[in-house]
Amino acid sequence: MSGFGNALSSSIGKKFIMGITGLFLILFLVVHAGINSLIFLDDNGLKFNIGAHFMATNWIIRAGEYILFVGLLVHIFQALRLTIQNRKARPERYAVNDGNANSKWYSRSMGLLGTLLLIFLVIHLKDFWVVSRFTGIPTVDANGHEDLYAVMREKFQDPVRVAAYVLLMISLCYHLLHGFASAFQTMGWNHSKYNGIIKSVGVWYAIIISIVFALMPIAVYTHLID
Amino acid sequence: MSTGNMNLTLKVWRQKNNNTKGALVDYKLSGISPDMSFLEMFDVLNEQLINTGEEPVVFDHDCREGICGMCSMFINGRPHGPKDLVTTCQLHMRSFKDGDTIVVEPWRAAAFPVVKDLTVDRSAFDRVISAGGFISVNTGNAQDANNLPIPKMQADAAFEAAACIGCGACVATCKNASAMLFVSAKISQLALLPQGQPERYRRVQSMVAQMDAEGFGNCTNTGACEAECPKGISLENIARMNRDFATAKFISEETV
Repeated sequence: MSGFGNALSSSIGKKFIMGITGLFLILFLVVHAGINSLIFLDDNGLKFNIGAHFMATNWIIRAGEYILFVGLLVHIFQALRLTIQNRKARPERYAVNDGNANSKWYSRSMGLLGTLLLIFLVIHLKDFWVVSRFTGIPTVDANGHEDLYAVMREKFQDPVRVAAYVLLMISLCYHLLHGFASAFQTMGWNHSKYNGIIKSVGVWYAIIISIVFALMPIAVYTHLID
Repeated sequence: MSTGNMNLTLKVWRQKNNNTKGALVDYKLSGISPDMSFLEMFDVLNEQLINTGEEPVVFDHDCREGICGMCSMFINGRPHGPKDLVTTCQLHMRSFKDGDTIVVEPWRAAAFPVVKDLTVDRSAFDRVISAGGFISVNTGNAQDANNLPIPKMQADAAFEAAACIGCGACVATCKNASAMLFVSAKISQLALLPQGQPERYRRVQSMVAQMDAEGFGNCTNTGACEAECPKGISLENIARMNRDFATAKFISEETV
């Protein structure tokens, strides 16, 4: 049994942890994007607030939130550890290195893209999560639910915040563009009959998720929805 | 011996040994034939250096026909230069233009320390192989080959993995200096065949442990190794190694 710690601290074990937490976060994004898309119903946020109320009060979701934070932190710290180790594996850099000849820039820049996403997360959690969990949502909607939609509308009146959200969703897109298929490869799920599907689902997933998220601040700011 | 008309500027990494700092040094070459191999061009450079009383550039080479895995130059930012599926010795000067500046560096990885100039110590690969890249057989007559039926697809996949010449281009090009393509090819060539089965899960654990101990980096699936491999070793091998590693660590009851 002592083999498990040993297995997870090996180079492949660390990859497994990145892959599993990555896939978990990928699933989370589907739920998050799905519920938030309720704002596009343009019903003054009524359905969205029902969704938000459910997410804030259902005990399974609340327990899941802890798992989500653990998964996120593990993904971040493992990435940091791997980056430091990988730097050590090449102490002297090449004078000339033509990376674009053999790989995609975003596959080589996961650390940078991930750091941008971390900055986004800090802003994003402060904007909404801290408000809904701790400082409190000031108003209620017609159904008597806490009006998270009103908070969203207020936050996305600020053009700088809207621009930051949209730009950082581009880094999310590129992070997922590599991360999705990469997680499958890491887990050993490489199969000639499924590789094409994994690749195209990954590309569509990355593009759709990022566009859906980016559309939210844009739609609110431009009053596409009210 | 130069009979061509190409004029080149070479920027070559010169380093006395692993304890001293190296630097790129400029050399002018003229009269290079486009039919020369890249290493023959280096032979011309070295002759020129010897004639002027300078120390020739040390570089690894042996068979000069792309099968031994000794040559190892990082040329203009790519291992084995600009062509796909060739080693440095199979690269010809016709792949360059008259007047080009060519930067030549050694493989760079903590696990591949520079011995001198362009020669690095790749014995880390040997130690990974000794850790488990073999099958144990009893001595005596080889049994009849027909006793071991192997599906054609399986045999082909094993053969493709076995094409790895261990040059280290995968490590050289990987942004993390990871050796996973090499190690996975050496694991796969045996894992795919019946002779490799008895030690299959022991092998993957020992070889991965040795790979980690040698100080190679961790794979981030950029795919650069597969793109630069002179023998076209596929990333499928890394996935197979990961699967075998998971089976060995989480399912198999055997511990190493």
